[in-house]
Amino acid sequence: MPEQPGRSAIDVRGVRKVFGTGESQVAALDTVSVSIRENEFFTLLGPSGCGKTTLLRLIAGFDFPSAGEILLHGQDIASLPPFKRPVNTVFQSYALFPHMTVAENIGFGLEMLGKPKAEIKARVAEMLKLVKMEALSGRRTSQISGGQQQRVALARALAPQPKVLLLDEPLSALDYKLRKEMQIELKRLQHETGITFIFVTHDQEEALTMSDRIAVMSSGKILQVGTPWDIYDKPAERFVADFIGESNFLTAAIADIGNGKARATLKSGATIEATVAEGFQPKDNATVVVRPEHAKLTSGKGDLSGTVENIVYFGTDTHIHVRLDSSEAFTVRQQNTRSAGCGFERGDKVGISIGNDAAQVLRD
Amino acid sequence: MASAEEVAKEAERRDIRDRWLLSAPALIIIFLAATGPLLIVVIYSFLTPGPYGGVVWKFSTDGWLSVLMQRDIFDDTLAFADAHLSIFWRSISLSFYTTVLTLFFGFPTAYFIATRPPKTREVWVFLVTIPFWTNLLIRTFAMQQVIRNEGLVNTALMALGIIKQPLQIMNTDAAILLGMIYIYLPLMVLPIYASMEKLDFRLVEAGYDLYAGRWQVLRRIIFPLIKPGVIAGSILVFIPSLGAYVIPRVLGGGKNMMLGNLIELQFGAGRNWPLGAAISITLMVLVMIALLFYVRNASGSEGAHG
Repeated sequence: MPEQPGRSAIDVRGVRKVFGTGESQVAALDTVSVSIRENEFFTLLGPSGCGKTTLLRLIAGFDFPSAGEILLHGQDIASLPPFKRPVNTVFQSYALFPHMTVAENIGFGLEMLGKPKAEIKARVAEMLKLVKMEALSGRRTSQISGGQQQRVALARALAPQPKVLLLDEPLSALDYKLRKEMQIELKRLQHETGITFIFVTHDQEEALTMSDRIAVMSSGKILQVGTPWDIYDKPAERFVADFIGESNFLTAAIADIGNGKARATLKSGATIEATVAEGFQPKDNATVVVRPEHAKLTSGKGDLSGTVENIVYFGTDTHIHVRLDSSEAFTVRQQNTRSAGCGFERGDKVGISIGNDAAQVLRD
Repeated sequence: MASAEEVAKEAERRDIRDRWLLSAPALIIIFLAATGPLLIVVIYSFLTPGPYGGVVWKFSTDGWLSVLMQRDIFDDTLAFADAHLSIFWRSISLSFYTTVLTLFFGFPTAYFIATRPPKTREVWVFLVTIPFWTNLLIRTFAMQQVIRNEGLVNTALMALGIIKQPLQIMNTDAAILLGMIYIYLPLMVLPIYASMEKLDFRLVEAGYDLYAGRWQVLRRIIFPLIKPGVIAGSILVFIPSLGAYVIPRVLGGGKNMMLGNLIELQFGAGRNWPLGAAISITLMVLVMIALLFYVRNASGSEGAHG
């Protein structure tokens, strides 16, 4: 049966999860709804305690929602135990079985599904090859490195060919270089297997580089769902803009809203064109976000003016911190060339020009 | 002049020598205390019984012979000592059943405690250890009050009209078994709990995630990982059961003896110290065989994977 692209693999509908009772009740998830498409690399991004792992555990079946439905290909699975869901998990701690070899770990799910021995053997060999662990199949899981354990955990979860693979911060225990390698590896595996991946992370860079779509979560709510470009360039709320990348927030009066765009009059008096976040309710003063690399520093007059406070060199680029005349802080990121410095010095009076497609009006 | 290497070697030698010297008193006491009495037992088992107890210093293998055989008083022929054999058998089988049944009740108990929140866990462990505060003899007599003909169980059952005649539980093997299960159950629960507490329950979640049902998770993941606790608990229950004395004495009456009672009998009314010594050593050998079996079993299954 050919799978239609764009069909949803997981539908979360109005799910609430409350822990504790009475006074000490905490809503870990506050009425969350989201659709995750088939063959998608979907990331739940947020700081610790935002509810992203809770949502993952509800989909896996380790916890059950207090209210709402979770659909897998249109079928409600919210009440099924985990061993009856065609969904597998890669745990943050890997949770490899210490009393089994690498191959036994990978074959465990298939064995529990009652697959014939020959099929298990073939599939385990295939999985070992997929994660490049053929040479270590007979090892105990305590005898292999963290990166290798990570691969085994992946192979073990992929072996039963789940409809959806859940990954709970699987890269957080790895060092920087290995993490970079595994990010690419995960993308490759997702592409090769065509399985829907739901990936939980608090690392915004990881989310941006790997995901097809990202859901940004905070305090048990999903604030925004979109492609990495959407999330980065058109953040809906201050939290999203702040959590992902660096941002300059300016207060502005908004006028002429229409077609997703508006005119924003900044405190400096300059008026710039800006995109408007979905769900924006017109009000007197709104917050406008401008990414540091989307603004330009000029020695002449720009949309904003201020004084250079600090210059920080980063190798590839330089961050120039400017105190605006309106006393707001503003950072400009400037690509470095090989010659000379950035062309400005502390205490310089400067102007900042904001391009036509550089500002976004936030809804909160 | 000594080279640096020699100085270092000399220092190391002195260090080792000092350690031995410092621990020598303790080692000597332990050695004498452990082997001295044992040696006396071994020697006594090869002597002749004295007329009023004690021994006569005359070599004899009769003590050992009487462990399993008995000499006919009329024609001096040897035959198997049925009484002794049945006592051996009772000791081994009752100890075996005690181990199996304490495991049966102890495992779920330990699992229950280990899955409570940490604070409540301490309370449960505390409750499990409470029986240790009371003397074994008192607890055994308490058990007697429960199961004797005019005891709690029989009175209650008769009052409810379920039975007309009291159930004869006292002075049977069942009474001994009941008593041993009651007394030794904490010794099974605690080691299993200790390994269960260290169990990473994320592995259990991983098992469920990989389509293992509850029974399969228990058999394939939980049980192999807490096996050391199960083995420790089994040893702690089986060995004292084998040598139990007070419980069969109080609950089994005079007839249903176990090895501990048989040994006591030889040193008391039987006035046959060499036989008592020989049975003691036999019991020790049985314990060692049991231990070897457990150790083998434990390391054997480990090897099967690696």
